[in-house]
Amino acid sequence: MRVYNGKSVFGGIAIGKIRVYKKDVQQVKRTKATDADVELARYASAKEEAVRQLQVLYDKALKEVGETNAAIFEVHQMMLDDVDYNESVENIVRSQEVNVEYAVAATGDNFSQMFAAMDDDYMRERAADVKDISERLLTILSGKEDHTAMGEEPAIIIADDLAPSETVQLDKDMVLSFVTVHGSTNSHTAILARMMEIPALVGTKLPLDDTVDGKMGVVDGASGKIYVDPDEETLAQMRDRQKEEIHKKELLQTLKGRENVTLDGQKVMLYANIGNIKDLAMVLQNDAGGIGLFRSEFIYLEKEDYPTEEEQFQIYKQVAETMAGKRVIIRTLDIGADKQCDYFEMEQEENPALGYRAIRICLTRPEVFKTQLRALFRASAFGNIAVMYPMITSIGEIRRIKDIAAEVKAELDAQGTPYGEPEQGIMIETPAAALVSDMLAKEVDFFSIGTNDLTQYTLAIDRQNPKLDEFYDPHHPAILRMISMVVENAHKAGIWAGICGELGADESLTRDFLAMGVDELSVSPGSILPIRKIVLETNVEEYRSRSLDTRNNF
Amino acid sequence: MKEFKYVITDEMGIHARPAGLLVKAVKGYNCSVKMEKGGRTVDCKGIMGVMSLGAKKGDEVTLTFDGADEDVAYEAISKFMQENL
Repeated sequence: MRVYNGKSVFGGIAIGKIRVYKKDVQQVKRTKATDADVELARYASAKEEAVRQLQVLYDKALKEVGETNAAIFEVHQMMLDDVDYNESVENIVRSQEVNVEYAVAATGDNFSQMFAAMDDDYMRERAADVKDISERLLTILSGKEDHTAMGEEPAIIIADDLAPSETVQLDKDMVLSFVTVHGSTNSHTAILARMMEIPALVGTKLPLDDTVDGKMGVVDGASGKIYVDPDEETLAQMRDRQKEEIHKKELLQTLKGRENVTLDGQKVMLYANIGNIKDLAMVLQNDAGGIGLFRSEFIYLEKEDYPTEEEQFQIYKQVAETMAGKRVIIRTLDIGADKQCDYFEMEQEENPALGYRAIRICLTRPEVFKTQLRALFRASAFGNIAVMYPMITSIGEIRRIKDIAAEVKAELDAQGTPYGEPEQGIMIETPAAALVSDMLAKEVDFFSIGTNDLTQYTLAIDRQNPKLDEFYDPHHPAILRMISMVVENAHKAGIWAGICGELGADESLTRDFLAMGVDELSVSPGSILPIRKIVLETNVEEYRSRSLDTRNNF
Repeated sequence: MKEFKYVITDEMGIHARPAGLLVKAVKGYNCSVKMEKGGRTVDCKGIMGVMSLGAKKGDEVTLTFDGADEDVAYEAISKFMQENL
């Protein structure tokens, strides 16, 4: 058994034969063609067919992944309609008296080189788009059927790289997964993998020869691994996981697109927690209503030095745009305790969990905090961003945050930089915050209860110490009473309250949370649909009357 | 002939999508619409040319309108630039 690592662009398990996909490179011959009009008529009809194919791809993408993401195919259509491109083809055909295939290949090369030479990463990537449309024309002109036709049995496709349109054109029924040596997790590939709903890896360093071709393989989209010639144990384990996934997929089929509403009409928002921008595909796949907790610290932890405002802005903007108007709650920097960042040069502490962390760092190092807030406020002009502050214990902290936020906005105003007005909320994860939640509720737009820390602080149990596991009871009535109290205080002040800790995904408590009136549950993407199922099957009134006064029962 | 100078404010500059929208908008008029940046001039009726300028945030571009309907085109396209770029 050999294992290769890649970057996952779509989760899931695929088991089957591996097929090495060699690009059907269009061998273009330069031949003499004296009748230019005949050649150009062939060009015109090939172009018409290409535009038609792209329209099909566009419609498919529009329906499945939305307008912004489908736009690439519309851009391809416009490229085919480009005056310069078409003039170049016509010129070559007429002046050199050659076949139109040659003219298209030469024009495609010239134009893609022009983009490849630009001093801008984004524009350099467009060279691939020009190549893609030229290849499409050449395939149509060659009269060959779909050059991506596969063998007789479905297989794991391994290739050096795949163009966006190639990925879409691969015969879906014959592809179990695709794995590429090159390619980045750029949105095209990721989106297209999502359209096909199959596990996919990019940037996987494996040989494209007989040592893998035709061999048995397993792709694990969750861990980004491909196993070649897997041993029995791995195979059995993966088969089990595959079964689970199929079951989940079936659940997904029946639950996707449904509103989160109980039998007696109570609604709840089901959002996703994410720790990395790579998780976005999972968020969409599982039909999350929004992002309830975006852990911004990954941006800091992945870097060797402080991330710039621009770096952060691009990431926040991308998330906001991808979620297309759905709420994205971004938690400001939460490092310290178990999450350390060298360049912050923090001192060793006796009690890191009770120490210098999260908002405490931000308030004492306003330059770091302001950079993040600037990026967040600017990005919120591009979508529905909400900002959430961690580790709050008092009203004083909120006021200090507000002062800094006001300074940031004044600076942006002075520079004429556009920004949005994101909702401002806080995490309730300290007993202090829970106990004064009636006061805090008047200062903010929402609460999100962080049950992991709330439990550790309330029960005085160090989460990192395995010896204490038997004493760690997340269902402790103290915790449930606190949650109930926080929700009640939020509602009294007219704001909403959610839960973003692990407890939010605890299916044995979903009914209790509904009975308490929790407005939002933010859980890992994979837990959204199972929770939705419970919501759809619950009658809250009946449950409440059965359990009498909920709070006294805890 | 009419001329319109504009400094790009969009963070991404004239990337594929707005370039496509611009070309679409320009094609609705008969007059010629050209864009110049740093000494290079391209026809706004072709997406590749528009993209090849690589106009980024802060870059100044000059659009020229020439033809019978240049006045209406000028109005509409300058508005388009201000709203989208």
